[in-house]
Amino acid sequence: MAAHLSYGRVNLNVLREAVRRELREFLDKCAGSKAIVWDEYLTGPFGLIAQYSLLKVNELFGFSNKCCFLCSEDRRGPTRDFHILFVPRRSLLCEQRLKDLGVLGSFIHREEYSLDLIPFDGDLLSMESECAFKECYLEGDQTSLYHAAKGLMTLQALYGTIPQIFGKGECARQVANMMIRMKREFTGSQNSIFPVFDNLLLLDRNVDLLTPLATQLTYEGLIDEIYGIQNSYVKLPPEKFAPKKQGDGGKDLPTEAKKLQLNSAEELYAEIRDKNFNAVGSVLSKKAKIISAAFEERHNAKTVGEIKQFVSQLPHMQAARGSLANHTSIAELIKDVTTSEDFFDKLTVEQEFMSGIDTDKVNNYIEDCIAQKHSLIKVLRLVCLQSVCNSGLKQKVLDYYKREILQTYGYEHILTLHNLEKAGLLKPQTGGRNNYPTIRKTLRLWMDDVNEQNPTDISYVYSGYAPLSVRLAQLLSRPGWRSIEEVLRILPGPHFEERQPLPTGLQKKRQPGENRVTLVFFLGGVTFAEIAALRFLSQLEDGGTEYVIATTKLMNGTSWIEALMEKPF
Amino acid sequence: MAAAAASPRDPHGRKRKCRPGACSGWVSPRRFPAAVCTSMDCYTANWNPLGDSAFYRKYELYSMDWDLKEELRDCLVAAAPYGGPIALLRNPWRKEKAASVRPVLDIYSASGMPLASLLWKSGPVVSLGWSAEEELLCVQEDGAVLVYGLHGDFRRHFSMGNEVLQNRVLDARIFHTEFGSGVAILTGAHRFTLSANVGDLKLRRMPEVPGLQSVPSCWTVLCQDRVAHILLAVGPDLYLLDHAACSAVTPPGLAPGVSSFLQMAVSFTYRHLALFTDTGYIWMGTASLKEKLCEFNCNIRAAPKQMVWCSRPRSKERAVVVAWERRLMVVGDAPESIQFVLDEDSYLVPELDGVRIFSRSTHEFLHEVPAASEEIFKIASMAPGALLLEAQKEYEAASFGKCFLDRFPPDSFVRMCQDLRVLNAIRDYHIGIPLTYSQYKQLTIQVLLDRLVLRRLYPLAIQICEYLRLPEVQGVSRILAHWACYKVQQKDVSDEDVARAINQKLGDTPGVSYSDIAARAYGCGRTELAIKLLEYEPRSGEQVPLLLKMKRSKLALSKAIESGDTDLVFTVLLHLKNELNRGDFFMTLRNQPMALSLYRQFCKHQELETLKDLYNQDDNHQELGSFHIRASYAAEERIEGRVAALQTAADAFYKAKNEFAAKATEDQMRLLRLQRRLEDELGGQFLDLSLHDTVTTLILGGHNKRAEQLARDFRIPDKRLWWLKLTALADLEDWEELEKFSKSKKSPIGYLPFVEICIKQHNKYEAKKYASRVSPEQKVKALLLVGDVAQAADVAIEHRNEAELSLVLSHCTGATDGATADKIQRARAQAQKK
Repeated sequence: MAAHLSYGRVNLNVLREAVRRELREFLDKCAGSKAIVWDEYLTGPFGLIAQYSLLKVNELFGFSNKCCFLCSEDRRGPTRDFHILFVPRRSLLCEQRLKDLGVLGSFIHREEYSLDLIPFDGDLLSMESECAFKECYLEGDQTSLYHAAKGLMTLQALYGTIPQIFGKGECARQVANMMIRMKREFTGSQNSIFPVFDNLLLLDRNVDLLTPLATQLTYEGLIDEIYGIQNSYVKLPPEKFAPKKQGDGGKDLPTEAKKLQLNSAEELYAEIRDKNFNAVGSVLSKKAKIISAAFEERHNAKTVGEIKQFVSQLPHMQAARGSLANHTSIAELIKDVTTSEDFFDKLTVEQEFMSGIDTDKVNNYIEDCIAQKHSLIKVLRLVCLQSVCNSGLKQKVLDYYKREILQTYGYEHILTLHNLEKAGLLKPQTGGRNNYPTIRKTLRLWMDDVNEQNPTDISYVYSGYAPLSVRLAQLLSRPGWRSIEEVLRILPGPHFEERQPLPTGLQKKRQPGENRVTLVFFLGGVTFAEIAALRFLSQLEDGGTEYVIATTKLMNGTSWIEALMEKPF
Repeated sequence: MAAAAASPRDPHGRKRKCRPGACSGWVSPRRFPAAVCTSMDCYTANWNPLGDSAFYRKYELYSMDWDLKEELRDCLVAAAPYGGPIALLRNPWRKEKAASVRPVLDIYSASGMPLASLLWKSGPVVSLGWSAEEELLCVQEDGAVLVYGLHGDFRRHFSMGNEVLQNRVLDARIFHTEFGSGVAILTGAHRFTLSANVGDLKLRRMPEVPGLQSVPSCWTVLCQDRVAHILLAVGPDLYLLDHAACSAVTPPGLAPGVSSFLQMAVSFTYRHLALFTDTGYIWMGTASLKEKLCEFNCNIRAAPKQMVWCSRPRSKERAVVVAWERRLMVVGDAPESIQFVLDEDSYLVPELDGVRIFSRSTHEFLHEVPAASEEIFKIASMAPGALLLEAQKEYEAASFGKCFLDRFPPDSFVRMCQDLRVLNAIRDYHIGIPLTYSQYKQLTIQVLLDRLVLRRLYPLAIQICEYLRLPEVQGVSRILAHWACYKVQQKDVSDEDVARAINQKLGDTPGVSYSDIAARAYGCGRTELAIKLLEYEPRSGEQVPLLLKMKRSKLALSKAIESGDTDLVFTVLLHLKNELNRGDFFMTLRNQPMALSLYRQFCKHQELETLKDLYNQDDNHQELGSFHIRASYAAEERIEGRVAALQTAADAFYKAKNEFAAKATEDQMRLLRLQRRLEDELGGQFLDLSLHDTVTTLILGGHNKRAEQLARDFRIPDKRLWWLKLTALADLEDWEELEKFSKSKKSPIGYLPFVEICIKQHNKYEAKKYASRVSPEQKVKALLLVGDVAQAADVAIEHRNEAELSLVLSHCTGATDGATADKIQRARAQAQKK
């Protein structure tokens, strides 16, 4: 069912199976046929763990605070048993609440299902914790960090102790501390699994606030920016996917959104997802030629054997043709957006900011966007981007933007602005120094010569801007962080290295030419463009490192800002 | 062989005086176990045949030097099975009438090593017995049962019921079932009460025996189908008591002429029963009294002191051992019996596979010779074992021989050697647990380890674990934890030293729970020690609750915070909240930022007012400001209330030195009041619109003056105001007004937006009006928008701007613009030439 999880360097199906087993064990405890009442939020992540074959869902409706009820029914009588499964943790507050409501006692089994890291793809894990960033940086609530550490412990239990931990940022430091503590707690069960991961890199999102704000320009990134990918599914406007039947006259166009699953199980998608969108068109047309040529083959099939062989390939070819049709449609949808003048103008402004042009004064385009009441999130993304690219805005500029926003979109957004300021996304420049140019130059964040078709550097994912977070990962593997000590000091939070000693029997002797495997954990979220950049590094022939990516949440600038917004009514 | 034979630990233990250097170094893998090693010549010398098929032998386990001052017959005696300890209560009350002399309770190991000795200060004791956990149960005359540990430490007590207080206990039995250990008593009213498990005390008063006027001549506890019954003999009659009824029973095939039963014995497994009658006749049968196995007439009419079964599991032979003052007799299904002379007063202890017999000077074991030994050693045996023995090599031969057997897995041989080695070690005089192999297997190594721990023989237990390679969690760790729990009870050692000693020995040994040890220390009233021990506990989930229990909430809080486990922090917080007064609670939080943020989160959802107090305490005016803003939206309906809440917010912002927020808030207050007025005067919906939208609404409603006024009052920047008006007028399609507006002064946003918006409203005519006024840089765009491709091309050529040229080119469609396209291409070519 989830073969794509096992294609990567690390077989993530092992993790999936482990969590499935745990779920099944709980379900088996509750006898009889079951009705499951879900927290609405859970259905997405659970879909990645267990298909309907495992869960026969009878009812679906929401319940607050992430838990799922189970009622198992005894057919013989009117009695019903109730069970509750807390995800990812059985928390005191939750139980207290149930107790206050006087229902705690009616649950026969009260258990927790520590679903921390969910495998999304062969090299991608996410906790899908919507509020992780907000909780950590705004509210000082580290619950998600604790779960991240727990998830990493689970991972180590399955894939061996990770011998080296690197990190940058306050949260990274805390997760590493918790891991070391937890390791002491588990000393009883000596881990005797040969380590699969060589390194763990923990990165705080607030070390790189810039990247998610910029518009992602990879195929997958753009799908996410424009339509939003949720738990590896995307909902698209149906018109482009209408079956082309003759004589239909377009009478009944489908009205329901087209829902597609996007992951590396689909061969074509795996090939194009991480490409710059400008390079996707040529691949699609090449594919189209190959497929139609393959279908043409049937005319050449003369003998029965040849025909038989052709027929045997047919299902695969048809699937490929379907997949091609879907992605051609998606590409057309995206192209409509990317060729619009406004998209171009926005991108120009973003790129100016990122390359350090005119970051210190009020930007005309942003002003016009506000005046025309473009979406507030778009405006906030741009203003924050400018602030980050200038190490904060001059007080006058900042106040001007804020005033404009409040006057145009409403005073209530003052709370959102406060949140953004607290998170450091929007701030007055202090000390009058702009550090961004130093960072940009040292880490080569802006590359003028980008090859979008055949990239040579990660900067292709943003057509010029190389994501800071990924650059840090890249520099860590070669030549090491010692070369960029100065920049690391400018970036917020401590950087550190921890070693987890392995028993002698488990120490790895690397074969020449064998790549290291590094797990990069983004605390506070990661974008698809960053993932694409890391995949690009994995594929480099002389890269020497392959990456597996974990995060608290798969996100983009829009969902990120949205999570930080506060609407008092 | 030589090494084995020279071992000082032969099974007879006679050479115990040459002490084998305690138990250190006993795990030497090269030496062979010596339990069965002896020279062959004398091996069958002590074999006594009983009938045709079985041999019984009696050999010495230990020679006892426990220096008993009194005869065993003057003591209450209890010896635990499985080579367990022996308890003697000297000076029982029935002899010494003088109450001034307090009796002494002594506890010895099976080898006679003293374990404990204490003066008995309680009431008269009727009977002693050991529980399965090797706890000594002392049944007092008043029905109280006092429970002592192996080392004479008082554990607890319980009562066998109130009615006993009056009637006294006449007799008692401690018995063992699969559920645990039970107690049965016979009261002065000739009634029986029993409890099948003293760990889970449920008293069962047995039914009355009709017409019972005197004490039964003998009685015992039977255990059938998991239920305990009592069998008693009164004169020539036998009665079986279960919890419902009393029924008379008759053993099948009982010889006639019996007028009284003098003794009865039930086997170790409750399967068999033996009855001794006043005619000197012994009946042996099943405990269900349904079947007779055999009978024997010993012609001794004196009541035996003791009678116990002596059989081994899975053996067909049945025998009972009967003891009188000076005579010991083994009888079974044979016309003859085996007789031994007893030199001294002796006591029999039934075991799973034999009988232990101890006296003042010796401790012996009497059992049926196992079939395997018999095969090997029996005279003229032709069994394979015997043939192998012919090679004169015993185990060494086996060890040697097995090399030639390639299909014989060596595991069982190795395991047997290891087991024998363990048995030898615990049989050592100092340890004094004489177990046979079958007993050891029945007991299991885990229980054996528990018993060693109970005897505080920690080093030996650890060595055994290591020798048998038991997993640490089940083995060494568990024993170390027990050791530590014992250690914390040593009150004469300082907390500091105990904690250090424990940590030194335990370190980070996997599976050791410091919190369990700490809980024990706390149980002994050593809170400080418990806290010190908890320092070593890595699992905060264990550490924190115990700290809370010990009322060290603040320490618990910092530990919970260290762990990063927010749920644990909440646990402590809610605890603290109830425990401390509000002021102290807030002060505690103040020093713990992480806890404070969590508590704030909690308050945000559950106690908003407390949240405000928290911000107040910290002088966090910025957050207070935000708090009041939220309140102005959430709590207040009336406009005055909202404005008041905003005023509070503004004040807070001023205090926070956030001029901007303060001013913005004041503006909002002004706007709210104004919107209210607008609603009153003009009708319609204004409240909660943004300033921008308010102005737009006014323009859309035709209130241009008001709109202008508002824009001025709130200082809307010119550029945005132009955009605003432009959009609003275009929405109204008030083209006349738009044109007027465009001419009111020079547009700060240029004229391209005018063109764009007209096109958006599909008014090309109006758009064209503005196209000419668009600045040169944007002119091409404007011209293209209004569809004037030719002119756009001219402008672009004039500008010599490549980007503009391509833009125009991309707008050239087919035939109509063919000429223009050519023009552009020519211009391009020219530009390239230059």
